[in-house]
Amino acid sequence: MTTTGTDWRQAAYISGQAADARVNVELETEGMTLNIGPQHPATHGTLRIVCRLDGEQVIWADPACGYMHRGYEKLAEVRKYPQITTLVNRIDWLGSFANEVPFILAAEKLMDIEAPPRAQWIRTVLFEMARIANITLFLGDMAAQLGAVTPVFYAFRDREHALNLIESATGGRFHPNYDRIGGLKDDLPKGWIDECKAVMRRIRDFCDEMDDVLVGNEIFQTRTRGIGVIPRDVGLEYGLTGANIRASGVDWDIRRDEDSPLAWKDVDWKVWTHPDGDSFARYWVRLQETREATLIVDQLLDGLPAGPIMAKVPRIIKVPAGEAWVHTENPMGEMGYYIVSKGDIGPFRVKIKTPSFNNISITPWLLRGVYVPDVITILASLYFILGDIDR
Amino acid sequence: MSSADSGTEPQPAPAEPAGGAAAEPEAPPVDEVRQALLDSLKAELGDSILGAEIAGGDIWVRVDRGAWVDAARVAKTKLGMEQFCFLSGMDWLPNNDLSAEKVWDPEAEPTNGDGTGATRTYETGVAGGDTRFQVFARLFNPTTSVGITLKADLDEQDPRVGSWISVYRGADWHEREAWEMYGFTFDGHPDLRHIYLPAEFEGHPLRKDFPLLAREVKPWPGLVDKEPIPGEDEEEETPAEGGDGG
Repeated sequence: MTTTGTDWRQAAYISGQAADARVNVELETEGMTLNIGPQHPATHGTLRIVCRLDGEQVIWADPACGYMHRGYEKLAEVRKYPQITTLVNRIDWLGSFANEVPFILAAEKLMDIEAPPRAQWIRTVLFEMARIANITLFLGDMAAQLGAVTPVFYAFRDREHALNLIESATGGRFHPNYDRIGGLKDDLPKGWIDECKAVMRRIRDFCDEMDDVLVGNEIFQTRTRGIGVIPRDVGLEYGLTGANIRASGVDWDIRRDEDSPLAWKDVDWKVWTHPDGDSFARYWVRLQETREATLIVDQLLDGLPAGPIMAKVPRIIKVPAGEAWVHTENPMGEMGYYIVSKGDIGPFRVKIKTPSFNNISITPWLLRGVYVPDVITILASLYFILGDIDR
Repeated sequence: MSSADSGTEPQPAPAEPAGGAAAEPEAPPVDEVRQALLDSLKAELGDSILGAEIAGGDIWVRVDRGAWVDAARVAKTKLGMEQFCFLSGMDWLPNNDLSAEKVWDPEAEPTNGDGTGATRTYETGVAGGDTRFQVFARLFNPTTSVGITLKADLDEQDPRVGSWISVYRGADWHEREAWEMYGFTFDGHPDLRHIYLPAEFEGHPLRKDFPLLAREVKPWPGLVDKEPIPGEDEEEETPAEGGDGG
């Protein structure tokens, strides 16, 4: 469209051709273009990364997204508010419940209603359960990318317990659709709290296992330490959030730093950061966060207030005109919804800000100059979900 | 265009009620943190600020599109908005009627995009707006946990604005998305090409006049769950009024 665009494409083409034609005399290697994906175990879906290689070194990388673009922002404009939770469930499908919460909170903010305390606490419990179910898989999967198979089985084994709990409370393993404007669909089932505490113990055991098996492992450390270093300011400029930016030493967690109707302020917990900004730091921070999440859930279950789980809301939900932005600290990072309402039964415009989109947008910068095996480590440690990039 | 705007707009803009459908009638305590942000933005940008609103623990600032890049630079350097959150667009054409049997009706309204349709009114949102298109972005200060939403009106015929890439590198993909979904052009962006859609795709899907084909053939079945319960009509009336008032 613009002339600058054409120039850029020409430049990219020429440099690519030059890379392809370049022969490293010393090592006798030739440049080449390598397609990683769309179907590759390291891509958690269908992200394709086009890499221009010089020998084993990446000189240019371009992620191609859109294989799973579902147009939720457009679809949300022709749906009613309560129906949209079904859509947003499918954005980050490993921690679905956490996607519903900010949307519901934004709608509640515009309607100026607040769910009763018990609903807020159960929301927080399930939010952290979603975090556990999501990050547990990461903790095992990262090892799988490095060629270690055992941790991923451990991860699937223990995530199953968390998913079973989510299912028994909400009715859905992956897509709970449990949050409602003004409260929740149901109360927790009988005996759920005791089961949940047992599962939290298991998850903590799993974290200890990962500590023993992986974090202290020499091979793991060599493959991840000093690989894919993101400096603080670059990470912020690219809009990195969540564990990715905390691993670069930014002490920022929306759960702690901002007023939220959810119950994080009522329990005692800690935000973990790491100064290194490399793949190891990102793994380490997530490991600590999972452990912290289990502690949050334990405390919340101990103090769960009694009372109703649904505020009084009109049966036909019309959201007053206005604009609201609500974001929360989701498993992948900051997720937010910018809702524009015109007082209708459906939103006028919903901007869905997903963490993985920002997290992956740094890859062209980050992958320049790294070696091919490290591409996989770095992508795995940035941790993205395709539905979260493409929406 | 911009000169005509700046002649009329800057003074009445902050008090302009049109943008504030959500204006707080109960006059909450002044948000000092965000007021200070707005003051320093005003000191730097002056007349380029066309509208602003502080409500409900949030701040919206609408700037002239000529000052779009400057606004980002000021926010980053002076206000400590180090984190780039998102950038996207808005199309203020009226939404299609949700309760109608057919959601998208090509005959209902001339939405050919040739602009200046006298019958069309743009009911713009918080901090106001003059034109059909708006670009808006969210920035965040992770140290103080204060965010800001910046907006700028764009010309309907030629939606064009400066690129933020020189300020925030992360704007790259977001501007590509806004270019693809809304047809905005970002001057200075080195690589405006499709990010989600195939390269040969025509049209800008998130514009309101882009038909959602699936809904054109068949209305969304979820819209017709009007449960025929006796006494439903009264019940429907009361909360609707209450919702509007609150």
